[in-house]
Amino acid sequence: MGADEVAAALAAHAGGQAIEIVRNGSWGMSWLEPLVEVEVDGTRIAYGPVAPEDVPDLYAADFLRGGAHASRLGPTAEIPWLARQERWTFTRCGRIDPASVDEFRAHGGFKGLERAFALGPAGVLDEVKASGLRGRGGAGFPTAIKWQTVAGTASDVKYVACNADEGDSGTFSDRMLIEGDPLTLIEGMAIAGFTTGASRGYVYLRSEYPLAKQAFEKALAAARDAGWLGENIQGSGFDFDIELHLGAGSYVCGEETSMLESLEGRAGLVRYRPPLPAISGLFGKPTVVNNVITLASVPEILVRGGEAYGALGTGRSRGTLPFQLAGNVRRGGLVEVPFGLTLRELIEDFGGGTYSGRPIRAVQVGGPLGAYFPEALLDTPLDYEAFAAQGGLIGHGGVVVFDDTVDMAAQARFAMEFCAHESCGKCTPCRIGSVRGVEVIDRIVAGVQREANFALLEDLCDTMVDGSLCALGGMTPYPVRSALKHFRADFERKSPVEPGGASTARDADGRRSAIEGAGP
Amino acid sequence: MPTRYDPQIGAEIIASHGARPEMLVQILRGICDRYGWISDAALRQVADALNLSRADVHGAARFYHDFRTAPPGRKVVKICQAESCQAMGSRELTAHAERRLGVELNGTTADGEASLEPVYCLGNCACSPAVMIDERVYGRVDAARLDRLLGRGTA
Repeated sequence: MGADEVAAALAAHAGGQAIEIVRNGSWGMSWLEPLVEVEVDGTRIAYGPVAPEDVPDLYAADFLRGGAHASRLGPTAEIPWLARQERWTFTRCGRIDPASVDEFRAHGGFKGLERAFALGPAGVLDEVKASGLRGRGGAGFPTAIKWQTVAGTASDVKYVACNADEGDSGTFSDRMLIEGDPLTLIEGMAIAGFTTGASRGYVYLRSEYPLAKQAFEKALAAARDAGWLGENIQGSGFDFDIELHLGAGSYVCGEETSMLESLEGRAGLVRYRPPLPAISGLFGKPTVVNNVITLASVPEILVRGGEAYGALGTGRSRGTLPFQLAGNVRRGGLVEVPFGLTLRELIEDFGGGTYSGRPIRAVQVGGPLGAYFPEALLDTPLDYEAFAAQGGLIGHGGVVVFDDTVDMAAQARFAMEFCAHESCGKCTPCRIGSVRGVEVIDRIVAGVQREANFALLEDLCDTMVDGSLCALGGMTPYPVRSALKHFRADFERKSPVEPGGASTARDADGRRSAIEGAGP
Repeated sequence: MPTRYDPQIGAEIIASHGARPEMLVQILRGICDRYGWISDAALRQVADALNLSRADVHGAARFYHDFRTAPPGRKVVKICQAESCQAMGSRELTAHAERRLGVELNGTTADGEASLEPVYCLGNCACSPAVMIDERVYGRVDAARLDRLLGRGTA
C-alpha cells in the first residue's frame, strides 16, 4: 500500500531531527495502512492511513510528539478494532522489529521453549492437550494427538515440516506472522521438535510471498547467531535447525502429502494415506506436518498455560483463531478472537460491512474449497462443528465478502475451473471431474437441458467427494453445491434453450448423452 | 535478466544446493529466478548433475506453474484471479490490462516489454484487488492505478 514510500518521505522530511525508523510488522489493521506509529513517553501513537504526500503535514502537526492531525488514531493499543481482539498467536506481531532476537526476548519470546525444556516432552504434550489446539491449516486435527503419534514412533531421524503454502484466497495470517514475528514460528517448530524427538525442520513457503522469504531468512540467521537454533540450544542438549524451501506456484502443494513430495524434490502428486505422515512422512520418516499458525500458537500456550487457552472458545473449537477479513469489506485485516463469535459479528462489527457500501450477498469462509454462505446464514457461530453442520468449513480462517453484484453461477464455475487448473492429476474424479464440471455448469447457464444437467452436476459432485484422493477434488463441490443450494436463480437467468435435436444427440460412441447440446 | 543460458551459472546454482536430488525443485527455482524460464539446455544439465532421468526433471519442471517454458517479457505483471480479488473487480481489471497491453492472460507483448500472468492469491486479500509487478505487490489497484504502474513503455 506504499509503506516504503512513506518511510522514505519520513526520512527525507526529518529536517535534521533525530528520528529512528523501525520497520515493524503489520498489526493486521490493513484498512488503516500504511500505519505510522510514534513512541511518545513510552506510548505508541498511531497515524493512518498515511500517504507520502501527508508526511510534511504530519511534521507540521508535530506528530513526533503526538500532535493532532486528521489521521491521528490515538494510542495504538486503544484502537477499538485492535483492543477488542484477544491476541495469543499474534501477541507480538506489529509490536516488534521482526529481525531482532533482543526485542523478541524483551516481549516474552523463547519463554515457551524455555518452559518446554523445563516440562520435558511429556509435560509439553499435556499442556497442548489441555489447550485443545487443533490444526489451523484447515483440517482441524488435534495437534497433541499428531505430536504424540510422532513421539511414539521409533526412528533414528524425525522431521518437523511446516506448511507455509498458504494458497487459500482470503487468507494471509501465515504471511503476516512470518513477516511480522517469524521468530515465534521458529520457536514453535523447535518446541515441536523437542517434544517429538525431531532435530530437523523444514518450512515450505509459497513463492508468492517474497517479503516473507526475506523476513524468515533474516530470522533464521538471527536465531542461529543467538544460539536458539543449531546444536545444544541454550545448553539444553537439544539440537534443532530449520531449512527453508520455496514452492513454485502450485496450490495443491498446500495439501500435506503433496507438500512432502515437493520437499523431496518431485512434482507435487498427492500420496495415498495410510501411512500417515506422522508415521511415515518426509523421506519415509515420522514427520510432524503442521500449519504455520498451529506451530506459532504453541509458544504462547506454554507461556500462559494450556488450560487458559482451552478456556476460550466454544464446543470443541478451543482457543483463538486469527480470522482474516477480505474481499469486499470496509475494514479488512487480521482479527484474532476466540471461536464462537458469529460470522455477522465478525463482518459487521469488525469489518464494517462491504467496501462498496452495497448489501452483502455471499460470504465464502475457508478458501476456494469453502462453501458460500448467504445472508441468512451469517448468524452461524465461528466454530468448526457449527460450520460443518451448514455444509461449510472454517478452514484456515479466511473470510471473503461479496456484495450483491456477484454472479454466483460464475463463482461456482470458477471453483471447478480452479480445481482443473490446480489438480495434480493423480486421481480421476479431480482431474477429469473438474473439467467436466466447468462444462456442465456452462450448459446449465446457457439453458441447455437444464434440469438434466443440474442432476448430472449433483452426481458429479458426489463422485468427486467420494472418489478423490485429497481435499482439492474432494471439497471443490462445497462451493459449487452451496451456490446451487442458496443461489439457484443465478444459474437460471437465461431462458432455457428449446429441446430439439440436442436432446436426442448421441456422443461419438453412440451413447445417448444428457450433456450433449449447444456449447457455452 | 540474462537472455543466454550460461551452464557455468547453472552449475553454480546446482552446487549451491549440494547437487542433491531432493533439492530439484529448489534448483529449478534458482534457475527460473535467474533466467525467468527453464530451457531444455538447463533441464538437461540439471538431470545430468543430479543423476536423474530427463523425464523425471521434465515432469517436475512442467508440474509447477512458476516454471515457464518460454522467456517472459522484461516486466512480469501478475493479476490475482482468486475469490477475494474477484469480489473487488479483478475480472474487470484483468480485461482492462488485456486491452491495454494488447495480449491475453498468459501472453507476452510483441515487443517483449511485458508478460501478463494470472496468480492465485498474493495474500494481500484485505486490500484487494492485488497486482504483482516483478517482485512488488500492490493493493487496491484499479484501472487508473494499473495504468500508472505500467508506465509509458507499454501502451
